[in-house]
Amino acid sequence: MIVHSIFFYFFSIIAIFSSLMVITSRNTINSVFFLILDFISVGCLFIMVGAEFLGMILLIVYVGAVAVLFLFVVMMLNVAEQKNSWFTGKETKHIHSGLIVGNLVLLELLVVVGGWKYKDDLMSSSTLILSNTSNTHQIGLVMYTDFILYFQLAGVILLLSMIGAILLTFRERVGVKRQSYIKQISRNPSSAVELKDVESNKGVKIDD
Amino acid sequence: MIEIGLGHYLSLGAIIFFLGILGIFLNRKNVIVILMSIELILLAVNINLISFSIFSGDIVGQIFTMLILTVAAAEAAIGLAIILIYYRNKGSIRVEDIHGMKG
Repeated sequence: MIVHSIFFYFFSIIAIFSSLMVITSRNTINSVFFLILDFISVGCLFIMVGAEFLGMILLIVYVGAVAVLFLFVVMMLNVAEQKNSWFTGKETKHIHSGLIVGNLVLLELLVVVGGWKYKDDLMSSSTLILSNTSNTHQIGLVMYTDFILYFQLAGVILLLSMIGAILLTFRERVGVKRQSYIKQISRNPSSAVELKDVESNKGVKIDD
Repeated sequence: MIEIGLGHYLSLGAIIFFLGILGIFLNRKNVIVILMSIELILLAVNINLISFSIFSGDIVGQIFTMLILTVAAAEAAIGLAIILIYYRNKGSIRVEDIHGMKG
């Protein structure tokens, strides 16, 4: 149990520090890197607490895809030089309201946590965790039976977001030579190949 | 203090949620950091769902976490695409420069 608490405090301190650095870092690139560190440490916490599948998903999908997508966009837009100018700008009134709202949210959440009395009989569900199967096995048993509609809807959402992102960032460029599939496919031998009689000592002209 | 229970994980989720909201309110730089703050908030929600799922012995919380991860990935992709075309049109994504709708 002591090892469990040591690992919990290690990873959670790293997670809190890196999420603080995400919002305070002066360089956007550093923010993205701290976001990656945050995802990694929270993924390690998930693996430690027993949700191995989601921890691995967080590591692979989030660190491998989403955070790197952020990194690509930051490097594409060349906004790394835009230094953070929080408290020096001319409009600083929003900072007080933001601090008030944020601290209220933190207080409310901590009150909820402090008042929470854990009860064993809180949940009465048919999807209780079986202790003799692995985490991935349990998720698969529930996700493909009871939650199949939500699973398919998640797939539709991913397809929509892919189509939307491609459609938004697509632009027609002028002066770029492209393959024209229609032209290539609609060629036939009678129009593409021409037979010529070559006279002696004269040759034949190509590309006229 | 030594015994790690549900409250510890909920506190961690609350702190990360708070930092995410603070990042949205205090940001004056560019919109990408606001998107990253939204990712932090969703991560805090996932911490809450997974800790409740583990400590109550019910797998549905992890299913919901997976669906939230899916939607968050879709949201990040769409948001970054919108930021990209905004930058292409206006040449800046500073928060104070975005006032086209006079909101």
